[in-house]
Amino acid sequence: MTQPTQAGAPPPGETSAQIVAIAATQDMAAFEALFRDFGPRIRAYLLKLTRDRQAAEDLMQETMLAIWRKAGQFDPARGQASAWIFTIARNIWIDAWRKQKRPTFDHDDPALVPDPEPDAPERMVLSQSGAALHEALKTLPPEQVELIRLSFFDDASHSTIAAQTGLPIGTVKSRIRLAFGRLRTALEEFK
Amino acid sequence: MTQIRHHIGEDLLIEYAAGTLSEGWSLAVACHLAMCPQCRQQLALAEATAGAMLEELQPADGPSGSWDALKARLDAEPEPKAKPIARPASATLPEPLRSYLGGDVESLKWRNLGNARQILIETDDETTQTRLLCIAAGKPVPEHSHGGRELTLVLTGSFHDELDSFGPGDVEDADGSVTHQPIAGPEADCICLAVTDAPLKFSSRLVRLIQPILGI
Repeated sequence: MTQPTQAGAPPPGETSAQIVAIAATQDMAAFEALFRDFGPRIRAYLLKLTRDRQAAEDLMQETMLAIWRKAGQFDPARGQASAWIFTIARNIWIDAWRKQKRPTFDHDDPALVPDPEPDAPERMVLSQSGAALHEALKTLPPEQVELIRLSFFDDASHSTIAAQTGLPIGTVKSRIRLAFGRLRTALEEFK
Repeated sequence: MTQIRHHIGEDLLIEYAAGTLSEGWSLAVACHLAMCPQCRQQLALAEATAGAMLEELQPADGPSGSWDALKARLDAEPEPKAKPIARPASATLPEPLRSYLGGDVESLKWRNLGNARQILIETDDETTQTRLLCIAAGKPVPEHSHGGRELTLVLTGSFHDELDSFGPGDVEDADGSVTHQPIAGPEADCICLAVTDAPLKFSSRLVRLIQPILGI
């Protein structure tokens, strides 16, 4: 039986610790806890993208398997656990559902231009506190949050969003840019 | 390292973060990201935002045997082992471009086009055309305009046109309205990655046959 899912997000830091435990000792209890917290949310994300319950379930399972296999690649210093989980689910969706390629850079490529200020305050905010991001999102006007959400959760290019909302493509792009600009400004205040 | 002045558009970066950007454009975005710590930071913010929104999503219930099914697959799974990745000690062109080309600058097989040389890069993306261009130092490429959008990422050297100048890591984002004549900087040959909207592909054989006559 599936336990009733909780509406609240897991406490900050807990997910990160679970992934680290999975990598270190193949901790099955930590993995099950992670599944209870994130499985239904990953399923919800994939359901929004595919609009197909079976596909959402299958892709969620693939995502959880990939989290298990790749746990050792997760670096808590580089970012939030939820961001890492999002990228894994997204990549599974692109690969297994859309059958497309998504070329990526390699963090350890000798040709990669390194970050001159890896310890700059805005980087610290991003990696240390997911709470700051949730707070920053609350300060945005709802329609801007909605546009960002549509960009991520609706299998919609910006031109599709423009068609759906009846807004000109230029307006959609500038509003999304504005929304991220405000998000950055709000995050600055949490430094 | 000279400062990058022309970054990838935020619209492309967010579509790349969302996973809705097609392969051709994604290749240009990924190469710019390899060369631009500032845009990598923007990508991290976009992905962190998506992660925060994932946490706030209303959970969707699945079949009751979901965990048991997953657990059974895990039990059948061999212990995860890390595969070592072979990397050269130094490189000129960034990943993922080297993988697409099958090597770095010294191993490339160029096709001559007068003042420029080019290599067509194969992708599975039928909506874009991707190529590597090398413009001889100090030489112009013939004046041209664009049928659609064209992203040009400078990898080595530099070029300038009537409007602006572009160095390593810079991206020129040109739409159909731009007519320009890029000239490579005198200091070195300029190697660029160029991605454009591909010409229309017609499924009808008849239309494909007369396409050259119609000039489309």
